[in-house]
Amino acid sequence: MIPEHLRYVSTHEWLDPKTGKVGITDPAQEQLGDMVFVEFPEVGSEFAKGERFGSVESVKSVSDCYLPVSGKVVAINEDLLEAPEILNQDPYEKGWLIKIEIKNPAEIDELMSAADYDKFVKEEAGEH
Amino acid sequence: MTQMKKTALNAVVKELGGRMVDFAGWEMPVQFSGIIDEHNTVRTAAGLFDVSHMGEIEFRGKDAFNAVQRLVCNDVSKMSIGQAMYAGLLYPNGTFVDDLLVHKIADDYYMLCVNAGNSDKDFAWVKENTSGDVEVTNASLKTAQLALQGPKARRILQKITPVDLGQIRYYWFTHGSVAGVDNLLIAATGYTGERGFEIYIPNEHAEHVFREIMKAGEEFGIKPTGLGARDTLRLEAGMMLYGNDIDDTTTPLEANLSWIVKMDAGDFIGREALQKQLEEGIRRRLVGFEMLEPGIPRHGYDISKDGVKVGHVTSGTRAPFLKKSIGLGYVPVELTALETELDIMIRGRAVRAKVISTPFYKRPRKKKKVSRA
Repeated sequence: MIPEHLRYVSTHEWLDPKTGKVGITDPAQEQLGDMVFVEFPEVGSEFAKGERFGSVESVKSVSDCYLPVSGKVVAINEDLLEAPEILNQDPYEKGWLIKIEIKNPAEIDELMSAADYDKFVKEEAGEH
Repeated sequence: MTQMKKTALNAVVKELGGRMVDFAGWEMPVQFSGIIDEHNTVRTAAGLFDVSHMGEIEFRGKDAFNAVQRLVCNDVSKMSIGQAMYAGLLYPNGTFVDDLLVHKIADDYYMLCVNAGNSDKDFAWVKENTSGDVEVTNASLKTAQLALQGPKARRILQKITPVDLGQIRYYWFTHGSVAGVDNLLIAATGYTGERGFEIYIPNEHAEHVFREIMKAGEEFGIKPTGLGARDTLRLEAGMMLYGNDIDDTTTPLEANLSWIVKMDAGDFIGREALQKQLEEGIRRRLVGFEMLEPGIPRHGYDISKDGVKVGHVTSGTRAPFLKKSIGLGYVPVELTALETELDIMIRGRAVRAKVISTPFYKRPRKKKKVSRA
Protein backbone atom coordinates (compact mmCIF):
# COMPACT_ATOMS: atom_id res chain seq x y z
CA MET A 1 0.00 0.00 0.00
CA ILE A 2 1.18 3.48 -0.83
CA PRO A 3 0.71 5.75 2.21
CA GLU A 4 -1.91 8.47 1.70
CA HIS A 5 -0.26 11.09 3.89
CA LEU A 6 2.92 11.32 1.80
CA ARG A 7 3.67 13.04 -1.53
CA TYR A 8 5.67 11.53 -4.36
CA VAL A 9 7.89 12.34 -7.33
CA SER A 10 8.59 10.41 -10.53
CA THR A 11 12.14 9.61 -9.36
CA HIS A 12 10.52 7.50 -6.60
CA GLU A 13 11.18 9.62 -3.52
CA TRP A 14 8.52 10.52 -1.00
CA LEU A 15 8.08 13.62 1.17
CA ASP A 16 6.10 13.91 4.37
CA PRO A 17 4.78 17.49 4.15
CA LYS A 18 4.15 17.58 7.92
CA THR A 19 7.54 16.40 9.22
CA GLY A 20 9.78 17.22 6.25
CA LYS A 21 11.08 13.65 6.13
CA VAL A 22 12.21 12.31 2.75
CA GLY A 23 12.73 8.71 1.68
CA ILE A 24 12.49 6.32 -1.22
CA THR A 25 9.31 4.45 -2.04
CA ASP A 26 8.49 0.80 -1.64
CA PRO A 27 8.44 0.12 -5.42
CA ALA A 28 11.89 1.77 -5.59
CA GLN A 29 13.45 -0.36 -2.83
CA GLU A 30 11.81 -3.44 -4.33
CA GLN A 31 13.32 -2.68 -7.72
CA LEU A 32 16.79 -1.91 -6.34
CA GLY A 33 17.03 -4.99 -4.12
CA ASP A 34 19.15 -5.51 -1.01
CA MET A 35 20.43 -2.14 0.21
CA VAL A 36 24.02 -2.03 1.37
CA PHE A 37 25.02 1.63 1.55
CA VAL A 38 23.55 5.11 1.88
CA GLU A 39 25.41 8.26 0.93
CA PHE A 40 24.07 11.20 2.94
CA PRO A 41 24.40 14.96 2.47
CA GLU A 42 25.87 17.14 5.21
CA VAL A 43 23.39 18.40 7.76
CA GLY A 44 22.88 22.09 7.02
CA SER A 45 23.37 21.79 3.27
CA GLU A 46 20.70 23.18 0.97
CA PHE A 47 19.29 21.72 -2.21
CA ALA A 48 16.86 22.93 -4.82
CA LYS A 49 13.80 20.96 -5.88
CA GLY A 50 14.89 18.07 -8.07
CA GLU A 51 18.54 18.33 -7.05
CA ARG A 52 20.55 15.24 -6.14
CA PHE A 53 21.13 15.07 -2.38
CA GLY A 54 22.64 11.60 -1.99
CA SER A 55 22.42 8.05 -3.16
CA VAL A 56 21.39 4.60 -2.09
CA GLU A 57 23.27 1.51 -3.17
CA SER A 58 22.03 -2.02 -3.44
CA VAL A 59 24.32 -4.97 -4.05
CA LYS A 60 23.89 -4.49 -7.77
CA SER A 61 23.40 -0.80 -8.37
CA VAL A 62 23.72 2.80 -7.30
CA SER A 63 20.71 5.06 -7.42
CA ASP A 64 20.76 8.83 -6.98
CA CYS A 65 18.22 10.43 -4.69
CA TYR A 66 16.56 13.71 -5.62
CA LEU A 67 14.88 16.18 -3.31
CA PRO A 68 11.11 16.48 -3.99
CA VAL A 69 11.04 20.14 -2.88
CA SER A 70 13.68 22.76 -2.12
CA GLY A 71 14.98 22.68 1.42
CA LYS A 72 17.72 22.56 3.97
CA VAL A 73 18.85 19.29 5.52
CA VAL A 74 18.22 19.33 9.28
CA ALA A 75 18.77 15.63 10.06
CA ILE A 76 19.90 12.37 8.51
CA ASN A 77 18.76 8.90 9.52
CA GLU A 78 21.94 7.59 11.11
CA ASP A 79 20.39 4.18 11.76
CA LEU A 80 20.82 3.48 8.06
CA LEU A 81 24.61 3.80 8.30
CA GLU A 82 24.77 0.62 10.33
CA ALA A 83 21.68 -1.09 8.95
CA PRO A 84 20.85 -0.02 5.39
CA GLU A 85 18.51 -3.03 5.13
CA ILE A 86 15.95 -0.97 7.07
CA LEU A 87 15.34 0.74 3.71
CA ASN A 88 14.08 -2.58 2.35
CA GLN A 89 12.09 -3.50 5.44
CA ASP A 90 10.32 -0.25 6.19
CA PRO A 91 10.84 2.38 3.47
CA TYR A 92 8.07 4.75 4.63
CA GLU A 93 8.70 4.81 8.39
CA LYS A 94 11.99 3.66 9.94
CA GLY A 95 13.69 3.87 6.55
CA TRP A 96 13.43 7.64 6.09
CA LEU A 97 16.62 9.14 4.64
CA ILE A 98 16.77 12.80 5.58
CA LYS A 99 14.66 15.46 7.23
CA ILE A 100 14.44 18.88 5.62
CA GLU A 101 13.18 22.32 6.40
CA ILE A 102 10.85 22.99 3.48
CA LYS A 103 11.78 26.27 1.85
CA ASN A 104 8.78 26.92 -0.33
CA PRO A 105 5.58 25.10 0.75
CA ALA A 106 3.91 25.97 -2.57
CA GLU A 107 6.17 23.38 -4.22
CA ILE A 108 4.34 20.63 -2.30
CA ASP A 109 1.26 21.16 -4.46
CA GLU A 110 3.22 20.11 -7.53
CA LEU A 111 3.92 16.63 -6.10
CA MET A 112 1.98 13.46 -6.80
CA SER A 113 -0.62 12.12 -4.40
CA ALA A 114 -0.59 8.45 -3.40
CA ALA A 115 -3.22 7.71 -6.08
CA ASP A 116 -1.23 9.59 -8.76
CA TYR A 117 1.96 7.77 -7.81
CA ASP A 118 0.24 4.39 -7.81
CA LYS A 119 -1.00 5.10 -11.33
CA PHE A 120 2.46 6.32 -12.37
CA VAL A 121 4.15 3.14 -11.10
CA LYS A 122 1.65 0.94 -12.92
CA GLU A 123 2.12 2.86 -16.16
CA GLU A 124 5.90 2.67 -15.82
CA ALA A 125 5.74 -1.08 -15.25
CA GLY A 126 3.48 -1.46 -18.27
CA GLU A 127 6.09 0.14 -20.52
CA HIS A 128 8.46 -2.79 -20.12
CA MET B 1 13.77 -4.08 -29.41
CA THR B 2 14.80 -7.54 -30.46
CA GLN B 3 13.26 -10.50 -28.74
CA MET B 4 15.33 -11.85 -25.85
CA LYS B 5 16.43 -15.46 -26.06
CA LYS B 6 14.91 -17.80 -23.50
CA THR B 7 16.60 -20.77 -21.90
CA ALA B 8 14.82 -24.10 -21.52
CA LEU B 9 14.30 -23.15 -17.86
CA ASN B 10 12.61 -19.81 -18.52
CA ALA B 11 9.18 -20.98 -17.35
CA VAL B 12 10.36 -22.74 -14.21
CA VAL B 13 12.58 -19.89 -12.99
CA LYS B 14 9.71 -17.45 -13.51
CA GLU B 15 7.39 -19.77 -11.62
CA LEU B 16 9.88 -19.74 -8.73
CA GLY B 17 9.77 -15.95 -8.61
CA GLY B 18 12.85 -15.07 -10.60
CA ARG B 19 13.14 -11.38 -11.46
CA MET B 20 14.00 -11.44 -15.12
CA VAL B 21 16.48 -9.13 -16.85
CA ASP B 22 18.20 -8.94 -20.20
CA PHE B 23 21.67 -10.43 -19.89
CA ALA B 24 23.70 -10.67 -23.10
CA GLY B 25 20.47 -10.97 -25.08
CA TRP B 26 19.00 -13.66 -22.82
CA GLU B 27 16.06 -13.28 -20.47
CA MET B 28 17.66 -14.45 -17.21
CA PRO B 29 16.77 -14.35 -13.50
CA VAL B 30 18.89 -11.77 -11.67
CA GLN B 31 17.47 -12.73 -8.28
CA PHE B 32 14.83 -14.74 -6.43
CA SER B 33 14.77 -14.24 -2.64
CA GLY B 34 17.38 -11.44 -2.79
CA ILE B 35 21.05 -11.34 -3.72
CA ILE B 36 22.41 -11.34 -0.16
CA ASP B 37 20.22 -14.25 0.94
CA GLU B 38 21.02 -16.25 -2.19
CA HIS B 39 24.73 -15.53 -1.88
CA ASN B 40 24.86 -16.70 1.73
CA THR B 41 22.73 -19.74 0.92
CA VAL B 42 25.39 -20.84 -1.58
CA ARG B 43 28.12 -20.28 1.04
CA THR B 44 26.30 -22.28 3.72
CA ALA B 45 23.93 -24.73 1.96
CA ALA B 46 23.34 -24.86 -1.81
CA GLY B 47 21.98 -22.81 -4.67
CA LEU B 48 20.77 -23.86 -8.09
CA PHE B 49 21.55 -21.57 -11.03
CA ASP B 50 20.19 -21.69 -14.55
CA VAL B 51 23.30 -20.95 -16.60
CA SER B 52 21.95 -22.26 -19.87
CA HIS B 53 22.90 -18.99 -21.53
CA MET B 54 26.53 -20.11 -21.44
CA GLY B 55 27.83 -21.29 -24.81
CA GLU B 56 29.12 -24.72 -25.73
CA ILE B 57 31.44 -25.17 -28.69
CA GLU B 58 32.44 -28.69 -29.65
CA PHE B 59 35.50 -29.91 -31.55
CA ARG B 60 35.42 -33.40 -32.99
CA GLY B 61 37.85 -35.19 -35.23
CA LYS B 62 41.42 -36.34 -35.57
CA ASP B 63 42.77 -32.77 -35.36
CA ALA B 64 40.58 -31.64 -32.46
CA PHE B 65 43.54 -31.54 -30.06
CA ASN B 66 45.72 -29.54 -32.44
CA ALA B 67 42.92 -27.07 -33.05
CA VAL B 68 42.18 -26.44 -29.37
CA GLN B 69 45.85 -26.34 -28.41
CA ARG B 70 46.45 -23.63 -31.03
CA LEU B 71 43.41 -21.62 -29.87
CA VAL B 72 43.95 -21.47 -26.11
CA CYS B 73 46.90 -20.29 -24.01
CA ASN B 74 46.83 -23.13 -21.47
CA ASP B 75 48.39 -26.53 -22.18
CA VAL B 76 45.75 -28.91 -23.53
CA SER B 77 48.36 -31.68 -23.97
CA LYS B 78 48.50 -32.06 -20.18
CA MET B 79 44.80 -32.92 -19.98
CA SER B 80 43.42 -36.39 -19.36
CA ILE B 81 40.07 -37.59 -20.62
CA GLY B 82 37.50 -36.40 -18.10
CA GLN B 83 39.40 -33.29 -17.13
CA ALA B 84 38.33 -29.65 -17.32
CA MET B 85 40.73 -26.73 -17.57
CA TYR B 86 40.40 -22.94 -17.36
CA ALA B 87 42.01 -21.15 -20.30
CA GLY B 88 42.08 -17.99 -22.36
CA LEU B 89 41.11 -17.65 -25.99
CA LEU B 90 43.41 -14.89 -27.21
CA TYR B 91 43.85 -12.54 -30.14
CA PRO B 92 47.29 -12.37 -31.80
CA ASN B 93 48.02 -9.28 -29.64
CA GLY B 94 47.59 -11.39 -26.50
CA THR B 95 44.29 -9.87 -25.31
CA PHE B 96 41.19 -11.90 -24.60
CA VAL B 97 38.61 -13.04 -27.11
CA ASP B 98 37.10 -14.82 -24.10
CA ASP B 99 37.91 -16.94 -21.08
CA LEU B 100 36.54 -20.45 -21.05
CA LEU B 101 36.62 -24.01 -19.72
CA VAL B 102 38.06 -26.76 -21.93
CA HIS B 103 36.58 -30.22 -21.33
CA LYS B 104 38.45 -33.21 -22.78
CA ILE B 105 35.71 -35.74 -23.53
CA ALA B 106 37.85 -38.03 -25.72
CA ASP B 107 41.17 -37.81 -27.54
CA ASP B 108 39.26 -36.52 -30.56
CA TYR B 109 36.47 -34.68 -28.77
CA TYR B 110 36.71 -31.43 -26.77
CA MET B 111 33.98 -29.14 -25.49
CA LEU B 112 34.59 -25.47 -24.71
CA CYS B 113 32.18 -23.74 -22.32
CA VAL B 114 32.24 -20.03 -23.18
CA ASN B 115 30.57 -16.82 -22.01
CA ALA B 116 27.03 -16.18 -23.23
CA GLY B 117 27.78 -12.69 -24.51
CA ASN B 118 30.74 -13.97 -26.49
CA SER B 119 29.51 -17.26 -27.87
CA ASP B 120 28.72 -16.05 -31.40
CA LYS B 121 31.97 -14.06 -31.57
CA ASP B 122 33.92 -17.02 -30.18
CA PHE B 123 32.35 -19.46 -32.60
CA ALA B 124 33.21 -17.24 -35.56
CA TRP B 125 36.75 -16.80 -34.21
CA VAL B 126 37.43 -20.49 -33.66
CA LYS B 127 35.95 -21.44 -37.04
CA GLU B 128 38.19 -18.89 -38.71
CA ASN B 129 41.26 -20.22 -36.91
CA THR B 130 40.68 -23.94 -37.15
CA SER B 131 41.89 -26.15 -39.94
CA GLY B 132 42.41 -29.84 -40.56
CA ASP B 133 40.26 -32.83 -39.85
CA VAL B 134 38.00 -31.35 -37.20
CA GLU B 135 34.36 -30.43 -37.07
CA VAL B 136 33.47 -27.40 -34.96
CA THR B 137 29.87 -27.08 -33.87
CA ASN B 138 28.01 -24.55 -31.78
CA ALA B 139 25.79 -26.53 -29.40
CA SER B 140 24.83 -23.48 -27.33
CA LEU B 141 21.18 -23.25 -28.29
CA LYS B 142 20.34 -26.89 -27.72
CA THR B 143 22.25 -27.29 -24.46
CA ALA B 144 20.99 -26.23 -21.05
CA GLN B 145 23.34 -25.93 -18.09
CA LEU B 146 22.64 -26.04 -14.38
CA ALA B 147 25.09 -25.02 -11.69
CA LEU B 148 24.44 -26.61 -8.31
CA GLN B 149 26.84 -24.93 -5.91
CA GLY B 150 27.50 -24.98 -2.19
CA PRO B 151 28.72 -27.22 0.64
CA LYS B 152 25.53 -29.34 0.41
CA ALA B 153 25.66 -29.71 -3.38
CA ARG B 154 27.14 -33.19 -3.41
CA ARG B 155 24.73 -34.66 -0.88
CA ILE B 156 21.79 -33.22 -2.81
CA LEU B 157 22.87 -34.48 -6.21
CA GLN B 158 23.90 -37.87 -4.85
CA LYS B 159 20.24 -38.56 -3.99
CA ILE B 160 19.28 -38.57 -7.67
CA THR B 161 22.31 -40.01 -9.46
CA PRO B 162 24.00 -43.43 -9.43
CA VAL B 163 27.34 -41.74 -10.23
CA ASP B 164 29.68 -41.75 -7.23
CA LEU B 165 30.11 -37.99 -6.99
CA GLY B 166 32.83 -38.29 -4.37
CA GLN B 167 35.03 -39.74 -7.07
CA ILE B 168 34.82 -36.64 -9.30
CA ARG B 169 37.75 -34.48 -8.31
CA TYR B 170 37.67 -30.68 -8.58
CA TYR B 171 37.85 -29.70 -12.27
CA TRP B 172 37.11 -33.21 -13.51
CA PHE B 173 33.88 -34.53 -14.99
CA THR B 174 32.10 -37.71 -15.92
CA HIS B 175 29.04 -38.77 -17.87
CA GLY B 176 26.13 -40.29 -16.03
CA SER B 177 22.43 -40.16 -15.38
CA VAL B 178 20.72 -37.59 -13.19
CA ALA B 179 17.05 -37.92 -12.25
CA GLY B 180 16.67 -40.69 -14.81
CA VAL B 181 18.15 -38.70 -17.69
CA ASP B 182 21.10 -40.62 -19.11
CA ASN B 183 24.50 -39.56 -20.32
CA LEU B 184 24.70 -36.04 -18.89
CA LEU B 185 28.06 -34.33 -18.52
CA ILE B 186 28.50 -33.75 -14.77
CA ALA B 187 31.49 -31.53 -13.99
CA ALA B 188 32.90 -30.65 -10.58
CA THR B 189 33.39 -27.05 -11.69
CA GLY B 190 31.86 -23.74 -10.73
CA TYR B 191 32.02 -19.98 -10.54
CA THR B 192 31.25 -19.38 -6.88
CA GLY B 193 34.26 -20.42 -4.83
CA GLU B 194 32.28 -23.36 -3.43
CA ARG B 195 32.38 -27.00 -4.37
CA GLY B 196 29.55 -28.04 -6.63
CA PHE B 197 28.62 -29.27 -10.05
CA GLU B 198 27.85 -27.93 -13.46
CA ILE B 199 25.57 -30.24 -15.42
CA TYR B 200 25.07 -30.01 -19.18
CA ILE B 201 21.64 -31.18 -20.30
CA PRO B 202 19.83 -31.36 -23.64
CA ASN B 203 17.12 -28.66 -23.55
CA GLU B 204 14.21 -31.08 -23.55
CA HIS B 205 15.25 -32.63 -20.21
CA ALA B 206 16.41 -29.47 -18.44
CA GLU B 207 13.21 -28.57 -16.61
CA HIS B 208 12.77 -32.11 -15.27
CA VAL B 209 16.33 -32.20 -13.91
CA PHE B 210 15.98 -28.70 -12.43
CA ARG B 211 12.79 -29.66 -10.56
CA GLU B 212 14.26 -32.94 -9.31
CA ILE B 213 17.35 -31.18 -7.93
CA MET B 214 15.15 -28.61 -6.17
CA LYS B 215 13.09 -31.43 -4.67
CA ALA B 216 16.17 -33.39 -3.58
CA GLY B 217 17.64 -30.24 -2.07
CA GLU B 218 14.63 -29.21 -0.04
CA GLU B 219 15.81 -30.94 3.13
CA PHE B 220 19.20 -29.23 2.76
CA GLY B 221 17.80 -25.73 2.34
CA ILE B 222 18.49 -25.38 -1.39
CA LYS B 223 17.31 -22.16 -3.05
CA PRO B 224 17.06 -21.04 -6.66
CA THR B 225 19.80 -18.47 -7.23
CA GLY B 226 20.22 -15.80 -9.87
CA LEU B 227 22.88 -13.98 -11.81
CA GLY B 228 23.17 -11.26 -9.17
CA ALA B 229 24.45 -13.71 -6.57
CA ARG B 230 26.54 -15.45 -9.21
CA ASP B 231 28.39 -12.18 -9.74
CA THR B 232 28.96 -11.40 -6.04
CA LEU B 233 30.00 -15.01 -5.37
CA ARG B 234 32.54 -15.08 -8.17
CA LEU B 235 33.96 -11.73 -7.14
CA GLU B 236 34.41 -12.82 -3.51
CA ALA B 237 36.14 -15.89 -4.91
CA GLY B 238 38.41 -13.64 -6.99
CA MET B 239 37.27 -15.04 -10.33
CA MET B 240 37.36 -13.01 -13.53
CA LEU B 241 34.35 -11.70 -15.41
CA TYR B 242 34.83 -11.11 -19.12
CA GLY B 243 33.78 -7.58 -20.03
CA ASN B 244 34.74 -6.33 -16.57
CA ASP B 245 38.10 -7.67 -15.42
CA ILE B 246 39.37 -9.05 -18.70
CA ASP B 247 38.55 -8.11 -22.27
CA ASP B 248 40.14 -7.33 -25.62
CA THR B 249 42.36 -4.67 -24.04
CA THR B 250 43.92 -6.86 -21.34
CA THR B 251 46.25 -9.85 -21.43
CA PRO B 252 46.28 -12.81 -19.05
CA LEU B 253 49.67 -11.67 -17.74
CA GLU B 254 48.21 -8.32 -16.72
CA ALA B 255 45.16 -10.04 -15.23
CA ASN B 256 47.31 -12.17 -12.89
CA LEU B 257 46.40 -15.22 -14.91
CA SER B 258 49.94 -16.22 -15.80
CA TRP B 259 49.05 -19.64 -14.34
CA ILE B 260 46.89 -20.28 -17.41
CA VAL B 261 49.62 -19.18 -19.81
CA LYS B 262 51.93 -22.04 -20.80
CA MET B 263 54.58 -20.58 -23.05
CA ASP B 264 55.81 -24.07 -23.94
CA ALA B 265 52.35 -25.24 -25.04
CA GLY B 266 53.15 -24.90 -28.71
CA ASP B 267 52.43 -21.98 -30.98
CA PHE B 268 49.08 -20.80 -29.62
CA ILE B 269 47.51 -17.61 -30.91
CA GLY B 270 48.78 -14.68 -28.86
CA ARG B 271 51.94 -16.43 -27.70
CA GLU B 272 54.32 -14.09 -29.49
CA ALA B 273 52.67 -11.00 -28.04
CA LEU B 274 52.79 -12.46 -24.53
CA GLN B 275 56.45 -13.38 -25.00
CA LYS B 276 57.15 -9.80 -25.96
CA GLN B 277 55.19 -8.50 -22.97
CA LEU B 278 57.21 -10.75 -20.68
CA GLU B 279 60.46 -9.47 -22.17
CA GLU B 280 59.49 -5.83 -22.04
CA GLY B 281 57.96 -6.13 -18.60
CA ILE B 282 54.37 -5.88 -17.47
CA ARG B 283 53.35 -2.32 -16.69
CA ARG B 284 50.03 -2.81 -14.95
CA ARG B 285 48.38 -5.59 -13.09
CA LEU B 286 44.98 -6.47 -11.73
CA VAL B 287 44.88 -6.21 -7.95
CA GLY B 288 42.27 -6.95 -5.33
CA PHE B 289 41.49 -4.26 -2.80
CA GLU B 290 39.20 -3.61 0.11
CA MET B 291 37.74 -0.30 1.16
CA LEU B 292 39.08 1.24 4.35
CA GLU B 293 36.33 3.86 4.50
CA PRO B 294 32.57 3.64 3.78
CA GLY B 295 31.78 3.39 0.08
CA ILE B 296 31.35 0.72 -2.54
CA PRO B 297 33.67 0.46 -5.54
CA ARG B 298 31.96 -0.08 -8.89
CA HIS B 299 33.03 -1.04 -12.40
CA GLY B 300 34.50 1.99 -14.16
CA TYR B 301 35.41 4.12 -11.12
CA ASP B 302 38.85 5.71 -11.26
CA ILE B 303 41.66 4.62 -8.96
CA SER B 304 43.97 7.43 -7.79
CA LYS B 305 47.17 7.73 -5.85
CA ASP B 306 48.18 11.08 -4.34
CA GLY B 307 45.56 12.84 -6.43
CA VAL B 308 46.66 11.37 -9.76
CA LYS B 309 44.58 8.85 -11.70
CA VAL B 310 46.50 5.57 -11.92
CA GLY B 311 43.89 3.06 -13.03
CA HIS B 312 40.30 1.95 -12.87
CA VAL B 313 38.01 -0.42 -11.02
CA THR B 314 36.94 -3.41 -13.10
CA SER B 315 34.58 -5.04 -10.58
CA GLY B 316 33.37 -4.01 -7.16
CA THR B 317 30.67 -4.84 -4.70
CA ARG B 318 29.64 -5.04 -1.12
CA ALA B 319 30.67 -8.65 -0.41
CA PRO B 320 27.65 -10.29 1.24
CA PHE B 321 29.49 -13.08 3.06
CA LEU B 322 32.68 -11.22 3.98
CA LYS B 323 30.62 -8.13 4.85
CA LYS B 324 33.12 -5.68 3.43
CA SER B 325 33.45 -3.67 0.25
CA ILE B 326 35.86 -5.21 -2.22
CA GLY B 327 36.97 -4.72 -5.77
CA LEU B 328 39.40 -5.53 -8.55
CA GLY B 329 41.22 -3.01 -10.69
CA TYR B 330 44.24 -2.38 -12.87
CA VAL B 331 47.07 -0.30 -11.40
CA PRO B 332 50.73 0.25 -12.35
CA VAL B 333 52.96 -2.59 -11.09
CA GLU B 334 54.68 -0.36 -8.55
CA LEU B 335 51.33 -0.02 -6.73
CA THR B 336 50.49 -3.71 -6.57
CA ALA B 337 52.22 -4.67 -3.31
CA LEU B 338 49.93 -5.88 -0.55
CA GLU B 339 48.84 -3.11 1.85
CA THR B 340 49.49 -0.37 -0.73
CA GLU B 341 46.97 2.38 -0.12
CA LEU B 342 44.91 3.61 -3.06
CA ASP B 343 42.00 6.00 -3.45
CA ILE B 344 38.83 4.90 -5.18
CA MET B 345 37.10 7.90 -6.72
CA ILE B 346 33.43 7.58 -5.82
CA ARG B 347 31.56 10.46 -7.40
CA GLY B 348 34.49 12.80 -7.12
CA ARG B 349 35.25 11.78 -3.56
CA ALA B 350 38.53 9.97 -2.81
CA VAL B 351 37.72 6.99 -0.60
CA ARG B 352 40.63 5.04 0.88
CA ALA B 353 41.30 1.43 -0.03
CA LYS B 354 44.23 -0.94 0.29
CA VAL B 355 45.56 -3.76 -1.84
CA ILE B 356 44.83 -7.20 -0.37
CA SER B 357 45.42 -10.71 -1.61
CA THR B 358 42.88 -12.57 -3.72
CA PRO B 359 40.79 -14.64 -3.63
CA PHE B 360 38.99 -12.52 -1.06
CA TYR B 361 37.12 -15.62 0.07
CA LYS B 362 38.46 -19.15 0.41
CA ARG B 363 36.06 -21.91 1.27
CA PRO B 364 36.82 -23.60 4.58
CA ARG B 365 38.52 -26.93 3.95
CA LYS B 366 38.01 -29.96 6.09
CA LYS B 367 41.15 -30.55 8.04
CA LYS B 368 42.75 -33.93 7.63
CA LYS B 369 43.05 -35.76 10.87
CA VAL B 370 46.65 -35.86 11.97
CA SER B 371 47.51 -39.02 13.84
CA ARG B 372 49.73 -38.55 16.82
CA ALA B 373 52.71 -40.82 16.67
